[in-house]
Amino acid sequence: MNAQAPVNLQGNHACALGAIAAGCAFYAGYPITPSSEIAERMARELPKAGGVFIQMEDEIASMAAVVGASMGGARAMTATSGPGFSLKQENIGLAAMMEAPCVIVNVMRGGPSTGMPTRPAQADIMQARWGSHGDRPVIALCPASVQEAYAETIRAFALAERLRTPVVLLMDEVIGHMVETVTLTPPTEEEKGARKWADEPKEGFLPYRITEDGVPPFPRPGDGYRAHATGLTHDENGFPTQDPARVAVVMRRLLGKIDKHRDIIDKWECVDCEDAEVVVTAVGISARAARAAVRAAREKGVKAGLFRPVTLWPFPEEAFRAATAQARAIVVPEMNAGQMVLEVQRLARDEQAVVPVNRFDGEPIAPREILASIEEALT
Amino acid sequence: MNERPAPEKLPRDGSFDIRDWLRLELMPHFMCPGCGHGIALRALLWALDELRVNKDDLAVVSGIGCSGRTAAYIDANTFHVTHGRPLAFATGLKLARPDLTVVVISGDGDSLAIGGNHFLHACRRNLDMTLILLNNEIYGMTGGQVSPTTTAERFTTTTPFGNNEPVFDACEVAQAAGATFVGREATLQTPNLKDLLKDAIAHHGFSVVEVISDCTEIYGRKNDLGNSPEMILAQKREMRPEAYRNTVDTPFRPNPFNTGVLARRDRPEYLDVYRARTEALRRQGGGK
Ligand SMILES: Cc1ncc(C[n+]2csc(CCOP(=O)(O)OP(=O)(O)O)c2C)c(N)n1
Ligand code: SF4
Ligand SMILES: [Mg+2]
Repeated sequence: MNAQAPVNLQGNHACALGAIAAGCAFYAGYPITPSSEIAERMARELPKAGGVFIQMEDEIASMAAVVGASMGGARAMTATSGPGFSLKQENIGLAAMMEAPCVIVNVMRGGPSTGMPTRPAQADIMQARWGSHGDRPVIALCPASVQEAYAETIRAFALAERLRTPVVLLMDEVIGHMVETVTLTPPTEEEKGARKWADEPKEGFLPYRITEDGVPPFPRPGDGYRAHATGLTHDENGFPTQDPARVAVVMRRLLGKIDKHRDIIDKWECVDCEDAEVVVTAVGISARAARAAVRAAREKGVKAGLFRPVTLWPFPEEAFRAATAQARAIVVPEMNAGQMVLEVQRLARDEQAVVPVNRFDGEPIAPREILASIEEALT
Repeated sequence: MNERPAPEKLPRDGSFDIRDWLRLELMPHFMCPGCGHGIALRALLWALDELRVNKDDLAVVSGIGCSGRTAAYIDANTFHVTHGRPLAFATGLKLARPDLTVVVISGDGDSLAIGGNHFLHACRRNLDMTLILLNNEIYGMTGGQVSPTTTAERFTTTTPFGNNEPVFDACEVAQAAGATFVGREATLQTPNLKDLLKDAIAHHGFSVVEVISDCTEIYGRKNDLGNSPEMILAQKREMRPEAYRNTVDTPFRPNPFNTGVLARRDRPEYLDVYRARTEALRRQGGGK
């Protein structure tokens, strides 16, 4: 396959090919609709790329194996859907604490529990942010097209590796399963991002050293550092500490890592926001519907715009505030009972009306539903 | 991590010095006086020393528990992960880095309760790594709750009327699940344990060594099992070395344990098979 020629591809396959292009060398997973195509594609592609695929006994094991491979130095990934995402949460916390770069894909389906396995949803927006226990750095990316599923998977690896942190790729079932024409441009080295490998004297090496950019250099096993990594709260030397003064310092570094790199983490799209009196804020497939609704509103003379976070967590606050500077109302369509809207309410000014549009019946939100809310919001 | 002589340069005259393998800056360690886990740790380091394993290429993965805390003291690449998941973590680590020698230290709760599923599947897969299961019949770290290996009728903080559940025999389970090397030894016989661990680590495939360990402070006290030497001597009464298996036919206690190598099978190693299969199919132009 000529990588540059346009091809027809499903979102899940684009995600798998993005991972391969990003240099992923390890995949561990457990089958679950609507994500299984990612595992199936990785099972084929990884051996060809010199990597290893393994289907583990459950999602807990998959996530643990991914953290293990990552701590061995490999670019590692797993994919799942809501129920499996819940099982992965404990070891996502471990990855955050050990600072093991890894990518976790969640192709969202209807929930709670087994819910509607084959129907789309966007109901894990808050699970992606708050799913694991404790305070921890969180990055979640949210593609809205097959092309973006490819590109954002690559970016997910780059952010994970550069910042030594787990990165979640949140897709909804529609993006995962729809087929679009895409161009699989191989990423540059810059786009792939590099892990900061430890390359300093072994004597006195601190595996969790507080560095200027907040990212400690990674000691590759075998390179002679013989470091300790633990899920226990640890000091710069990697060993457990419960000394309040030290814990405050090292946890501030860990949590602050995200803030220090907002320039490369934040990503969003604005359509017609400059003069918009209503800004629709949406992600994934809902943003596609919102785009159509905004276009229809403009045709009717309504000043509407679209703000689409591509990086969902941390929420691109600054860009959101700029995009909604002129807005009297913000419409938030999402396929859940109201999750991202909480973040929007937090950021909106008092005089701005925040109008949720929710569906949780397994059907995507139609442009006309959003259009109706846009018109209502201005009356 | 201070510079120490490379393992090859250490005297090889039988004078194993545990200090060569410990992170001495972390001493004193956290273990209670007389805890069996420390004896097991010594045997492991002795085995690694005699095998001349290069510390730089050694990865020790451990779970959560008093057993899991031992890994941090080893001067190697050490990973202290989540409760019950060290085998799953180690599976990823070994698959990504087959060049590393991977040893997993776990407890009876860690590997047989919360991590039971991973234990079964690790035995089935036969990836080249070694599990050291420190069985003290109790959840030591959390203050002495019942475990899947607590002897019947014994008291724990969650069986105040005596344990009413039957026990798991880890070695039987391991064999049934397909482990290619299974052995058991008690801390009483440290040199034997060291030799068993050497065989297990040298084995190309998944090896399980169950160590009969003692939680003196919690389990011992709660059940009036005496002090540490008394508990260790009790192992002697309860043990049935594999060599005597067919000659001693009366069990000494409800769950007598056999020691030594209990199973050794010839079965292809996981990654060897994966590489061979994927290579062959790739050359033919892909899989199915
Ligand atoms: C998910 C989770 N559940 C429970 C615990 C609490 N916990 C810590 S250690 C432990 C039991 C350890 O027992 P065992 O594996 O036998 O190790 P030992 O301390 O006896 O060596 C438990 C239940 C935990 N850390 N994580
Ligand atoms: S509580 Fe028991 S198992 Fe834990 S260190 Fe003390 S004696 Fe050992
Ligand atoms: Mg125990």
